[in-house]
Amino acid sequence: MHAPRQGVAGADVVSPRSSGRTRLITIRGLDKTFGGSTIYKDFSLDLPQGRFISIFGPNGCGKSTLINMISGLAPMDAGEVLYDGQTIQETRISYVFQNYREALFPWLRAIDNIHYPLKVMGVPAAERRARVDNLLAEFEVKIDLNAYPYTLSGGQQQTVSILRALVTSPEVLFLDEPFSALDYEMTLFMREQLQKIFMKTRTTMLLVSHDLEEAIQLADKVLLLTRRPTRVAEIVDVDLAWPRTAAVTTSERFTGLKRHCLDVFWRQVKGE
Amino acid sequence: MMSQSLSRDTAARTLQYAAGPVLLVAAWWVAYATGAVNSDLLPSPFLTIADTVKNIQSGRLGVDFGATLMRVGYSILIAVAAGVPAGIALGANASVYRSVEFLIDFFRSTPATALFPLFLLLFGLGDPAKIAVAAFAAWLVLVFNVAYGVLNARQTRILAARSMGASSLRVFRDVTFFETLPQTFVGLRTAVSIALVVIIVAEMFIGASDGLGHRIIDAQISYNLTDMYGSIVATGVMGYGLNLLLLLVEKSVIHWSGR
Repeated sequence: MHAPRQGVAGADVVSPRSSGRTRLITIRGLDKTFGGSTIYKDFSLDLPQGRFISIFGPNGCGKSTLINMISGLAPMDAGEVLYDGQTIQETRISYVFQNYREALFPWLRAIDNIHYPLKVMGVPAAERRARVDNLLAEFEVKIDLNAYPYTLSGGQQQTVSILRALVTSPEVLFLDEPFSALDYEMTLFMREQLQKIFMKTRTTMLLVSHDLEEAIQLADKVLLLTRRPTRVAEIVDVDLAWPRTAAVTTSERFTGLKRHCLDVFWRQVKGE
Repeated sequence: MMSQSLSRDTAARTLQYAAGPVLLVAAWWVAYATGAVNSDLLPSPFLTIADTVKNIQSGRLGVDFGATLMRVGYSILIAVAAGVPAGIALGANASVYRSVEFLIDFFRSTPATALFPLFLLLFGLGDPAKIAVAAFAAWLVLVFNVAYGVLNARQTRILAARSMGASSLRVFRDVTFFETLPQTFVGLRTAVSIALVVIIVAEMFIGASDGLGHRIIDAQISYNLTDMYGSIVATGVMGYGLNLLLLLVEKSVIHWSGR
């Protein structure tokens, strides 16, 4: 399971785009009120594409609301989100939900769950099969995909969810606390898997996490948010080598980053 | 060793299941034999069983059983055909549902049998009136349950399908419909038992020439007690059997329910 350390890990840390410019997710003038309280007011932000971005912040600051809005799942009161100049509808977006039990379709076998997004896109059956087979081969999936989701373990179900999200080759993948319902062992394993997927596909990933260690381990950049009305507290660059093995996550640099993020976080929580 | 204890388990369970009916027949027989209940009202259980077997063999009980089953079947078919779409339409729009919720609750609480005279006026004395009342009562239950199922469909799954770019119609067909199935089956089982009650009562009192309800009231009037008791048990067999059948279908169709 454990891939040998890739010799070139870290080579991509400074990787200027060949075009010389970074593709951007631009968020402009985002407003959102919920039940009379303002969550976002004129919120603007640029995020690089092709990177792994974690979102971390105090409880109730609207982390999930943010990715729901910029993924088009939830409406915003005002504002605009563009992916490299394209609207949300023009961008291939996939979403992995926290609650895999309620996000997978239990009336379909795991394999048909993975096929489903392609079906919706109108991809013909033969091509669908080829694409799914490719995906499964690429990630060496060892799950019985003819089983119904409810017979699989939590980690396997979330893996199916992630495969279902990846099968469309999304330009942006959103993950809303994807591992928070799993036990610790499975969480560590899934973090490793997700890194592999990221290193292979370089898909833009936006991960909401309530676990600071996870947020740092998986990300190129950690987006730290304030309390409501939510603003950007800081965007912390995580210039650590991939893959982020245990050796990396116990390194001094890692703990230093964690300490710094925690400082910012506590300042926000206490409202200083 | 294993298989031995397994077969012992099976034997024990069979005994548990059989204990109830055996006790009932025993109590019946004691009541009859000791004269605790007037024997003009309660025949011997064994005579009743023998007479019922005779009625089954002659095919006469089967004819009435079939007639009742047919009426229940028609009323359920009508209720499903009209109730499932109506329930879906109502459930899809919460404000529409709230505006008719009172009406549905009101008529659901109205005993269907109170509507007999009205339906007799509308449909005459024949089978259509009986089937229509039963269908109406079953329809209300189905509409209510289907609408409830649609209203309470898991939002995450709907969001998931929408995030893949599925159209509203597609979301409905591929997700909401399946989400609604468990509640639809709950409604269906209730609807069947209500339809059976209505049909039996209708056969008793509004001009039927066959059916178990007709048979029971006929046997009572002609004082054929063994036939009356036997026919009553036959209605129980029908109700129990239909419920069991639906449970089995439900288990295989909605394999994911509760998991």
